[in-house]
Amino acid sequence: MDMAFMFETMKTLLAALPMTLALFALAIVFGGLLALVIVWMRVSGNAIARNFAKGYIFVFRGSPLLIQMFLIFYGLGQFGFIRYSFLWPALREPFVCAVLSLALCTAGYTAEIFRFGLRAIPAKEIEAARSIGMSGFLLTRRILAPIAFRHALPAYSTEVVMMVKSTALASLVTVWEVTGVAQRLISQTYRTMEVFLCAAAIYLILNFIILQAMAFLEYKLTPHRRAAPLFPVPQR
Amino acid sequence: MALFQLIGFGPTGWGGLLLVAALMTLCVTAVALLIGAIIGALVASAKLSASKTLKTLGGIYTTVFRGVPELLIIYLVYFGGSSAVTAIGKAMGYEGFLGLPSFVAGSLAVGIISGAYQAEVFRGAFLAIPKGELEAAQAIGMNRGLRLRRIIGPQVFRFAIPGIGNVWQLSLKDSALVSVTGLADLMRTSQVAAGSTRQHFVFFIVGGCLYLILTSFSDRLFTSAEKRANRSMPTSLGQA
Repeated sequence: MDMAFMFETMKTLLAALPMTLALFALAIVFGGLLALVIVWMRVSGNAIARNFAKGYIFVFRGSPLLIQMFLIFYGLGQFGFIRYSFLWPALREPFVCAVLSLALCTAGYTAEIFRFGLRAIPAKEIEAARSIGMSGFLLTRRILAPIAFRHALPAYSTEVVMMVKSTALASLVTVWEVTGVAQRLISQTYRTMEVFLCAAAIYLILNFIILQAMAFLEYKLTPHRRAAPLFPVPQR
Repeated sequence: MALFQLIGFGPTGWGGLLLVAALMTLCVTAVALLIGAIIGALVASAKLSASKTLKTLGGIYTTVFRGVPELLIIYLVYFGGSSAVTAIGKAMGYEGFLGLPSFVAGSLAVGIISGAYQAEVFRGAFLAIPKGELEAAQAIGMNRGLRLRRIIGPQVFRFAIPGIGNVWQLSLKDSALVSVTGLADLMRTSQVAAGSTRQHFVFFIVGGCLYLILTSFSDRLFTSAEKRANRSMPTSLGQA
């Protein structure tokens, strides 16, 4: 194996890493916020909102992300009212389209994950909170959100890793992130294995760091599940 | 009316081609699932074996192929496979570039990915078999093959159905990425139709709907298979 070539490849690919990270971070933030709205609609009493959320989840989980991305990137430009609107300067950019489709897609999966987290909340805790007069936002903030989030965290970390991998599709709408640059290198040099190993290493290390961070968050959020310390910590 | 002509079955319609493409997507996914089942069974048994080397190798396989973007793996198999075939061709005296057929490369790539997921499914299913049953089988003198056929096989199959259903859905969606190698699957055909008619929005919606039909139909199929496989089991939590 040619070490000098590997080193050069690594340098080229690492230069594209900020793009992958930007895609990932924006998609997770916007997708997470949208998922909160969707899950709120999904569990609400309003039948229209509930069915809309059901449909949203069905569509975005049931079809490939690539087709969603192409629909936004190529499809939206077909309409005059979008091409001549104030949104067009943004929607013309491949980066914006990629982030938009990644966020829309992850929102569908994340909403389901959060819903299963909500289902794990014991009904008695909600009743107890209601009986002392908590409702609405206070109930959500103090009871529903913390418990649901803790329950959803393991499944959510899987979704986050899936999202890191999904950023690779942005290369197909001409956003030059790690996989896209790797593909360009492969077609220029025909050294598939070396380039693959470098790119794979980058993704694996990235995923490893993210999973460790999620595991740390889970550990921090669940002190009640840990075993009691052998020697009581003196309270100051 | 123009819309229906466009996606219909007439001489100017893309309906027939899209249906053939949907069939191609199903074929790629089915072959990939089969390849993945073989890889998955081997990797799962490596991960469950007592040998430390095999365990590590199995662990590396599942970590790498679940942690690296699917698109990258498709590039690896397609370009790597093609250069391997070219090298073999050169050794046999054929000059020039030989490509790996995109169907073979695509189903192999998706199979390699689904193998990593199926390995975890099979491992979980094996671990769900009550230990006492394995010991009982051993105690009455069943040998390895008989145990595998009578005790382990049927139960792993039963416990694995929901997981395999998930892998099938994943592979069905991953197979859309194979379109980058030029295979005329549902994704690729929608793309070609969109490009040549300049009706991008329509054809990606139609393609997306066909994917939705495939995923929801196969979801039903797996649910009923699960019900059927568990018909002798007492009702329990989380049942289909």
